[in-house]
Amino acid sequence: MLNSLMFDLLFAPLDYEFMRNAIAIGLIVGVLCPVVGSYLIVQRMALLGDVIAHCVLPGLSISFFLGIDILIGAFGSGILGAFLIAWIRSQSRVKVDSAMALTFSTFFALGVLLITVLRNRLDLDSFLFGDILGVTPTDIGRSLMITIVILLAVKLFYKEILFYTFDKTGAQAIGLPTNAIYFGFMAAITLTIIASMQAVGVILVISMLVGPALTAYLLVKELHQMMLLGAAIGMFASVTGIYISYYYNVPSGPAIVLVSSSLFLLALLLSPSQGILTRSASDRLSQLRLNRSKPD
Amino acid sequence: MLEVQQLAVNYRGVRGLDAVSFQVEPGQLVGIIGPNGAGKSTLLKAILGLVPKANGVVKYCTCPLHQQLEKVAYIPQRSQIDWDYPITVWSVVTMARTRQLGWFRSPSRATREIVKAALEQVEMFNLRDRRIGELSGGQQQRVFLARALAQQADLFLFDEPFTGVDKKTEAVMLQVFEELRSTGKILLISTHEWGQSLHQLDRLCCLINR
Repeated sequence: MLNSLMFDLLFAPLDYEFMRNAIAIGLIVGVLCPVVGSYLIVQRMALLGDVIAHCVLPGLSISFFLGIDILIGAFGSGILGAFLIAWIRSQSRVKVDSAMALTFSTFFALGVLLITVLRNRLDLDSFLFGDILGVTPTDIGRSLMITIVILLAVKLFYKEILFYTFDKTGAQAIGLPTNAIYFGFMAAITLTIIASMQAVGVILVISMLVGPALTAYLLVKELHQMMLLGAAIGMFASVTGIYISYYYNVPSGPAIVLVSSSLFLLALLLSPSQGILTRSASDRLSQLRLNRSKPD
Repeated sequence: MLEVQQLAVNYRGVRGLDAVSFQVEPGQLVGIIGPNGAGKSTLLKAILGLVPKANGVVKYCTCPLHQQLEKVAYIPQRSQIDWDYPITVWSVVTMARTRQLGWFRSPSRATREIVKAALEQVEMFNLRDRRIGELSGGQQQRVFLARALAQQADLFLFDEPFTGVDKKTEAVMLQVFEELRSTGKILLISTHEWGQSLHQLDRLCCLINR
């Protein structure tokens, strides 16, 4: 009886095509974002995700105007923003946070201006907050393609990127192509944002990039485990968020984000090694062992 | 032989190093000393080409060093590393084989043997599954020493290896330096505190503020 009720709750929404599409893109984004986000976190560059997300707007507007695929325009303008920040940093004493703040607000302003000037039919609202229920098979195809390319690149260049993100000077010292890795990394972030835009919107994409990976960070020892567990958490958060949005009639982007953040809070409090509530207990235990092993 | 000729570095319009020249024979341990800000780290980085050179040449066995970086092991200052990075001791040392393995290849059996030997040499094999953030400063330094050993390089550049390490680690390091020297490697070690280990050096290179 209870079983069949659960069954209904889970599978009844799948009768609708828009729900099937939403869950498909939710799963794709749920896997992709934590993998790329793990690299952002370990390099202390989490906010760069937010910055590039805002930087894609002018490119999006221009692609609409010219009638080309949004992938091209958004990619170009996201990458341009990332390199402008790197350029300002290398050419002056301006620190990275200020360079980022200035660049992303400028690009965003330019984007909003272009939408009016070029008379785009671009819906700013769904760009900002996502429109997961309006996802088309084309969107899914694009996101799936991006995900496959990035996951393949991560798999193939894992040990080189690991070295680079852990010890940049050391990576340079053994002759790894650090500039190429940096460029590849920027490209991956931009593509990830384009793949996720439809699902959660540019304001909230940072949460998918950072949330599940950060939850995993509290629970594991190594980067690849952080990516794998992060992806599992990401998929769970996406699907749960979509169901909550369906049954309680709330916007799906924020629902996904709040599920993801709740999971982080849970890990922060209860992680076996680093949880706020559990840590003190295990600390006391190891302290006890230490005292016992002392000879005097 | 390592040859450094007229090496000069500018840093944001200020001359960081000026006309540094010296030669090191195989099997020599050279200490680079000088007050803070004299450019010890910059000298090591300039030798590797990690900072743009204003002038000068660095050669190893008559060829430019930057064309044969696989022969160099560089150990950065502790402060350059994020010790909260999610990585274990074993993975850090395995990194040493990145270049030798080549693109698209995963660590082989031979790689694992090399990593194991390096960790045993610095007495860190038992802690191989620990996250690096759980180690003491001295243990962290020994992990990086093991990474340098696993590179099986000919030239070793250590940037401030004695900063904040315990007696045990210092003893392990000095012993490893001695072994490397006896097998004909070249070692350049920057430090501002030599203490009693000064007598181990073959030569001293002193940088001064001007």
